[in-house]
Amino acid sequence: MKSLAELQAIKAKMQNKVMLRSNDGEETIRVVVGMATCGIAAGARPVLNAFLKEVEDRHLNNVMCTQTGCIGICRYEPVVEVYMPDGSKTTYVKMDEDKVAKVVHEHIVNNKVVQEYTIGAFEK
Amino acid sequence: MIRNHILICGGTGCTSSGSKSLMEALEAELKKNDLQDEVKVVMTGCFGLCALGPIMIVYPEGSFYSRVTEDMVPEIVSEHIIKGRIVKKYLYTDAKEGEEVDATNSLNDTNFYKKQKRVALRNCGVINPEIIDEYIAYDGYEALGKVLTEMTPADVIKVIKDSGLRGRGGGGFPTGLKWDLAARTVADVKYVCCNADEGDPGAFMDRSILEGDPHAVIEAMAIAAYAVGACKGFVYIRAEYPIAVNRLRIAIEQAREYGLLGNNIFGTDFNFDMEIRLGAGAFVCGEETALMTSIEGNRGEPRPRPPFPSEKGIFQIPTMNCNVETYANIPQIILHGAEWFGSMGTEKSKGTKVFALGGKITNTGLVEIPMGTTLREVIEDIGGGIPNGKKFKAAQTGGPSGGCIPASLIDTPIDYDNLVAIGSMMGSGGLIVMDEDNCMVDIAKFFLEFTVDESCGKCTPCRIGTKRMLEYLNKITSGKGTMKDIDELEELCYYIKANSLCGLGQTAPNPVLSTLRYFRDEYEAHVKEKRCPAGVCKDLMRYEITDACKGCTLCARNCPVNAISGTVKELHVIDQDKCIKCGVCESKCKFKAIIKK
Repeated sequence: MKSLAELQAIKAKMQNKVMLRSNDGEETIRVVVGMATCGIAAGARPVLNAFLKEVEDRHLNNVMCTQTGCIGICRYEPVVEVYMPDGSKTTYVKMDEDKVAKVVHEHIVNNKVVQEYTIGAFEK
Repeated sequence: MIRNHILICGGTGCTSSGSKSLMEALEAELKKNDLQDEVKVVMTGCFGLCALGPIMIVYPEGSFYSRVTEDMVPEIVSEHIIKGRIVKKYLYTDAKEGEEVDATNSLNDTNFYKKQKRVALRNCGVINPEIIDEYIAYDGYEALGKVLTEMTPADVIKVIKDSGLRGRGGGGFPTGLKWDLAARTVADVKYVCCNADEGDPGAFMDRSILEGDPHAVIEAMAIAAYAVGACKGFVYIRAEYPIAVNRLRIAIEQAREYGLLGNNIFGTDFNFDMEIRLGAGAFVCGEETALMTSIEGNRGEPRPRPPFPSEKGIFQIPTMNCNVETYANIPQIILHGAEWFGSMGTEKSKGTKVFALGGKITNTGLVEIPMGTTLREVIEDIGGGIPNGKKFKAAQTGGPSGGCIPASLIDTPIDYDNLVAIGSMMGSGGLIVMDEDNCMVDIAKFFLEFTVDESCGKCTPCRIGTKRMLEYLNKITSGKGTMKDIDELEELCYYIKANSLCGLGQTAPNPVLSTLRYFRDEYEAHVKEKRCPAGVCKDLMRYEITDACKGCTLCARNCPVNAISGTVKELHVIDQDKCIKCGVCESKCKFKAIIKK
């Protein structure tokens, strides 16, 4: 170890990897992927992985990606719900890996709901 | 991509309750479900709730599973990990029976953790202690970097002095002052030393720190070495702590690889390296001069002070010696400042203290509380109270060197000075809780038996004096004592305290003195009435069969020494000469016909 900068570099690299373990903080955005049998069958796992990758690539340390059970709209799976710190909830349906980047970029980073993917858009 | 971290405790407590095979089972189950690349299993340090081991936490939810067995693994994986449904029935809860278990209940919301403040234990149960990068992710070695590049040794000593940190090994000597004295000694070579010879029965915080966060101790020793001008460190640790020794070894190697030990650390001209010395587990080696004698390769016996270790320590070289828990606080103080540390605790005792809760208490384990927390909060709120509806009688702190705190003083705020004032001491932090079924004379005898065993024999007051004390106690508990014995015992206590060479002998009479102070009536009951009020001392009690006996012969058939005679449907009789007072008959009798007197 020759300098503080070297230590900081290791720290920065590692913090992403252990971030998962700090679930406190008021400002956390929760991304919840439905991972019951229906969700998994419809391809929820790659969606969750895509979220995790996108969040890590962008160094978003206030986002917690987690899974949940079936919420009863199996025909719309994979279903993803995004909870913002202000308590608002958005339900995205029929998600796939390609849609993830847009949700992360527009909704999570810029706080603009991607209307076209939401359940409201599909039910029209 | 990793989406879940599953942390399993790898401390000694959970290892002995099977955390290692649990981890293997979990890894196999994850592999079976093809999840090994999505879920990371991390072995970590002690969470503190040792009685509920093995303990497992699943992140990001922070679900806290306790007493996890291998057969729970498939369900936890298929429900929680795959489907995201937390398995509520396996979660730790402090909810009363019948209450709804809150699945989102995070660790910090439980009664056990709510009043705790984790400074020395901050990384235990958070990081994998065998991976240096994880320590670095949680601010590791930043304090050392700051000290070496931005501060002078005098600055460091000033911060430690201002923080008000006192030695956590028992004595409570101001750490800043100790460092200052060591820094003032003029010498070409100086050593720093870490006392990890944790000997108090029931105390295991030093072990848990070394097992859960070994790098914190290494970093702190390097900071200390810089402050006092030392170039080499020794860690004296007992060989009975194999997991701690192993993790410390791994940590030292990793620190060397990263250049955090060795020459020119952080590009400065500061050089420091350290080595481990194993002790064979003698209580006296926790005394600093005996510890140093043992490091030198000699029989662990204390030597007179002065010369103090800061002048002539290990191999006659000036040595600065601190306890594990003291060191574990240092990096935090450097990073957050003396004021932050001083904001916790009481006027003369700053910061937090780790206690090992044991005895008659629901939550056996390790707790870290701000100084000044009352004993009541520790026992009732954090500890979950006394099991089986029994009444709290006393708490013993400081192990064989300490004393007891009776129920009447349960609202005493715990700090160094308060404990000394009421005749006990902080010690290394063992806290043994006793209920009404404990005999205080018997407790004093237990600790005396320990000190008689552990006295090194170098000085007469301790070697012979403690033995004589034990003889008095044996006489009293066997019903042969006189009131004169109690007075002589007390006098002998003061003599031993005044004349012993080292801390072992000077404090050995404390358990007797404090029980005499608060529970003299129990001593007198043993002597005057030949009665043990708690019903513990076997020589002073007898079992008898009352008229309620139906002659079922169950007691006679179960008596291990055939002391009970009688025929079917007739009153049975216990032969008191044969009876060994094991109590089997009392527990077997269905008619409550056998009573203890």
